[in-house]
Amino acid sequence: MRTSRAFDLWRKWKSHFAMLLLVIWCALAVIPLFAILLHLLREGASSIDLGFFTQVQKPVGELDGGMAHAILGTAAQVGLASIMGIPLGLACGIYLAEYGGRERLASPVRFALELLASTPSILVGVFIYGAVVVPMKKFSLLSGALALMMILLPLVARTSEELLRLIPHHLREAGLALGLPRWKVILSIVLRSAWPGVWAAILLGIARIAGETAPLVLTSFGNPSFPRGLDQPSASLPLQIYTYAISPFDEWHRLAWAGALVLVFTVLALNAITRLTGGSNERRRTE
Amino acid sequence: MKADRIFLQVLRIAAGLSLVLLAAFFIQMFWASLPALRASGLKFFSGTDWDPNQEVFGAGAFIYGTIVSSVLALLIAVPISVATALCLTEVFPARVAGVISFLVEMLAAIPSVVFGLWGVFVLSPLLRSTVQPFLAEKFSWIPLFSGPPLGIGMMSAGVILAIMITPTLTALAREVFLSIPTLQREAALALGATRWETIWIAVVQNAKSGLWGAIILGWGRALGETMAVTMVIGNRPQISASLFAPAQTLSAVLANEYAEATSDLHISALAALGFTLLLVSTVIHLGAKFWIRRGREA
Repeated sequence: MRTSRAFDLWRKWKSHFAMLLLVIWCALAVIPLFAILLHLLREGASSIDLGFFTQVQKPVGELDGGMAHAILGTAAQVGLASIMGIPLGLACGIYLAEYGGRERLASPVRFALELLASTPSILVGVFIYGAVVVPMKKFSLLSGALALMMILLPLVARTSEELLRLIPHHLREAGLALGLPRWKVILSIVLRSAWPGVWAAILLGIARIAGETAPLVLTSFGNPSFPRGLDQPSASLPLQIYTYAISPFDEWHRLAWAGALVLVFTVLALNAITRLTGGSNERRRTE
Repeated sequence: MKADRIFLQVLRIAAGLSLVLLAAFFIQMFWASLPALRASGLKFFSGTDWDPNQEVFGAGAFIYGTIVSSVLALLIAVPISVATALCLTEVFPARVAGVISFLVEMLAAIPSVVFGLWGVFVLSPLLRSTVQPFLAEKFSWIPLFSGPPLGIGMMSAGVILAIMITPTLTALAREVFLSIPTLQREAALALGATRWETIWIAVVQNAKSGLWGAIILGWGRALGETMAVTMVIGNRPQISASLFAPAQTLSAVLANEYAEATSDLHISALAALGFTLLLVSTVIHLGAKFWIRRGREA
């Protein structure tokens, strides 16, 4: 090994240079976030007015269209998906965490949830199209909600399992020693201690499905006015943004930016709040 | 106790339901794609013509588009993500690292369709007016950069995908780096290594196998991305050497044609594309998990 002074100097500068490069690359990772947020504010902020929240899609050429139908459609689909997906997900999570050791079903279920979580979301749409839309012979709000439920289910199940496992064993033993039945120990001691984290995970899951577009193209399809029933096609905020964005009309582009601004800030607010308060759920994010 | 038994039964039913759901998922996708696979045979995968009107279905161009766009995304995103993860674990003080990782997580939370919107109106025009003319002028002898700079096309899709998978890759790489024992770094420093040499010798070299796992998982994520890609890739099923040209991916064609397909064979052919994507992403996911698990044991 050479140990001349010049060589040491070279090593030192090489190190400085590499550090600089790392930091520049790191900046490159963060720049898109600011670029996107900045553009959303610049293009969308001026279009958000009362009409945006109260009007529906207008025919081309008419001004003052809005997103009311899309916001309502998203609320309905996300709400329905949550009503189905959260209890189901929690039940799976509790089953895996509390009974997983002895139950033969546990590892296949865990495997199934992992695969579900890793599938591209458009394929969930393809599945629901074949399993629900085709038999019903129409696109519907219900099928959209089912697709979103399938995306929410593994998110809730896997995080709640992980969080329940973190609850120390002696809490369960204390409950059982008091003579409480097992179900009560699980629900009112174990689940309750893990609740802040579980709740944060649920909110993140809701934020995630609120922005899903791909599966809805094949299930709830979109609708220029208010959804009239569970078995009718329905608009949704992300889908309406897509419809407006790929149209050739400036007026619709304006609405697309405004819709994107509302969607992003809702989703980011949910994320920021849960991350800043609910503690870190970093482990889950890496799957 | 009776209540306990009922409680467990309820949980079993819920857990069983998710199993049934997954099984139904695979079976339904396979079933729906059978007619098209029967009609076209192996030509379904090797053929590159896709003409629903003539009922000619070849997935070649979509498979090509999916692979090229996702590999392009990885080429851009991997160095950036690895560098970011190194900055988070090795370079920045904890407070700065916290802020950066928060920002990266926020990037992950942005819905796909918003990336698409930004891609159509900001990124593609930018590529068309600056990056692509530059590449076309200096490197037009490379087929990748030949043809007119259109903006919308394979390159836009690759860049958008790169931005979208950076948070995933960063989080995965970061976890790999965090699992390297501090002792390794201290040993390198004690031998007189500079800061960079420490990172390279003690951290990156030891993280190689984990990083490969992370890259494969990120690849799987890029393969399935739909909305942003379909908005910027141009949606034309063709195989072109040029990155400037429009192309199409498996997931994008599903979003584009499914709701409008009328003939049964067309729908089945689309389902077959979906089934292909499902198998590929499942194999990639399981492969990456296996790789990571093996790396941990070794």
